[in-house]
Amino acid sequence: MTALLEAENLVKHFPASRNLFGRPTAFIKAVDGVSFHVNAGETLALVGESGCGKSTVSRLVLRLIEPDAGRIRFEGSDLLGLDTNALRAFRRSAQIIFQDPYASLNPRMTVGQILGEPLALHGLVAPSGRRARVEELLRLVGLEPRFARRYPHEFSGGQRQRIAIARALAVEPKLIICDEPVSALDVSIRSQILNLLRDLQQRLGLAYIFVSHDLAVVKHIADRVAVMNLGTIVETADTQALFASPRHPYSRALLSAIPVPKPQAKRDRMILQGEIPSALNPPAGCRFHTRCPFVVERCRVEMPELMADGTGHAAACHRTAELPPADGIVPSDGGFSPALERLVAAFSLSEEGPTAPGVAIVRS
Amino acid sequence: MAGPLIDIKDLRVLFHGDDGRTTHAVDSVDLSVANGATLGLVGESGCGKSVTSLAIMGLLSKQSAEVTGAIRFDGFDLLTADDETLRDLRGNRVAMIFQEPMTSLNPSFTIGDQIIETILRHRGGSRRAARERAIALLRRVHIPSPEKRIDEYPHKLSGGMRQRVMIAMALACDPRLLIADEPTTALDVTLQAQILELMRELKAASNAAIILITHDLGVVAEVCDEVAVMYAGEIVERAAVDELFASPQHPYTVGLLGSIPRLDHRAEHLATIEGMVPNMTSPPSGCRFAARCPFVADACLAATPMLVEVSPGHASRCIKAPLERLLS
Repeated sequence: MTALLEAENLVKHFPASRNLFGRPTAFIKAVDGVSFHVNAGETLALVGESGCGKSTVSRLVLRLIEPDAGRIRFEGSDLLGLDTNALRAFRRSAQIIFQDPYASLNPRMTVGQILGEPLALHGLVAPSGRRARVEELLRLVGLEPRFARRYPHEFSGGQRQRIAIARALAVEPKLIICDEPVSALDVSIRSQILNLLRDLQQRLGLAYIFVSHDLAVVKHIADRVAVMNLGTIVETADTQALFASPRHPYSRALLSAIPVPKPQAKRDRMILQGEIPSALNPPAGCRFHTRCPFVVERCRVEMPELMADGTGHAAACHRTAELPPADGIVPSDGGFSPALERLVAAFSLSEEGPTAPGVAIVRS
Repeated sequence: MAGPLIDIKDLRVLFHGDDGRTTHAVDSVDLSVANGATLGLVGESGCGKSVTSLAIMGLLSKQSAEVTGAIRFDGFDLLTADDETLRDLRGNRVAMIFQEPMTSLNPSFTIGDQIIETILRHRGGSRRAARERAIALLRRVHIPSPEKRIDEYPHKLSGGMRQRVMIAMALACDPRLLIADEPTTALDVTLQAQILELMRELKAASNAAIILITHDLGVVAEVCDEVAVMYAGEIVERAAVDELFASPQHPYTVGLLGSIPRLDHRAEHLATIEGMVPNMTSPPSGCRFAARCPFVADACLAATPMLVEVSPGHASRCIKAPLERLLS
């Protein structure tokens, strides 16, 4: 099976300062040799701290910004060779949802116009059928069809994020890039959007690239995870494998830092000392060595390769084999008491999801 | 032990808008925190948790906000105290850490100037002594090479460092009460762990009371002793932290706990709380959560429920509590 999307050695350096003649003199190495793939219908999560390059990667794979080097293949064809027309056609297959639903919807367009625009741009639905299609899209994301006449400011944050999802779905994409789609939302709204994304994936066979810094959310939604630090992927694995035994010290630090809703949760907490180094001048050797508790001399000079074992679990660390076992790293939240489990279940049962059965996107 | 350090009775905050509408931001809130205890104030956007903290600090504008009730702190009534008394208290015996360290530090003064100003205002003494103390404070919050960093401007520091500076400033005069409003929300998870560790350290080293305001139940579980859950301006549940997470007694708390993705097992669907927070210009009569509650009954709409103890120290504003009865 070929992957839906393959990225190979992506590089993106942003000029940080220029000399008198406009020539760049310093670069922010936002993405520095990143390779990954996404299969049809699966979710790949990109996780890491602010500035690790995860959002830049998500924009590179859509060619919203152009990479300096590397290759991107979508369904086997080279994306970087596409001309403007072909690129527009590709955008029908891949869409993006942004973090801030207050900034990503045009305040001067009605919801109907926002959802109708991609249909018109790609010539998908005849003008006469657009209204019906917009209403269908609204129902798909759990909103009422009559909302098509309203403006974005009339909606709450969660509803706006549903509109943004509907806009992405309008062109029937195969891949949706979700860039921190729930970070700006309250806990109870966040769970609605996560449920919606998962329902849509199952019904429509969508693939997601899910960019997030929230590891509990990633554990919930992703099939595979790539952990990024300062422009490089330091570990990639199936979600279950990563959370069961993280290999890279950076992944371990991230996972051990997750606050869990359980007082006195047991964990071997690994608190990183020091600050995140700047991507303007990343450390030589392993980019994590300034904060790594397991650092040895070799880490300071030689950059480790991302090495996979037979199961596809890969880590870029010289000392993978020598690190202590990672059993207690991920905090255990111990689960709910049986009574609480039933109360929570009662909560979900009494209100079945907003997406009514029988509404589906018809694939053309 | 003597009475609580801070005791809030029937706190209400009304905002009078320009258009003649009145918003009930905080309604009949009773809270108390003992010396050395950490209280978590939890809730979603707009539930009134930040307004409660601003009312304690006396930071709400007298023109637009009408604050009633009583806030007794260490022998003072903060609501009736005059401005001069409040200025002496703030930054001295009561200190606050805000969410966004960049907007709460003054960009045109060095961090040293800002910490020294607090010390000189409340403690007096020489500038040199205040500077020594500021360096010691920066060291205490683990800022590397504090004798150099003290002369830097806020923009030179990273987000995590700025939050440490904010904490150092709040600690400048050894406050009896520290209010932290979403202190880690703007930070990455690794920095959040550092700051939470720092807060635990400070808690162990001093006898200060802490009110931690957050929307993150994970953070509450890590640092708090007691929790108060707020919804639509009211406290709907209050309990010791272990008790709240083991056996929540308000449907809203149950919904919140169910909606968090969990690390231990992978649920197909998370619990959701359908509907929206009521409009607080005209809060509904009866239980304010009724419209979103799966266990709602006629009696919930008839009368406003009171915050009643279900077991010693565990109070819920739900007439159906204890909720275990619903399961039979």
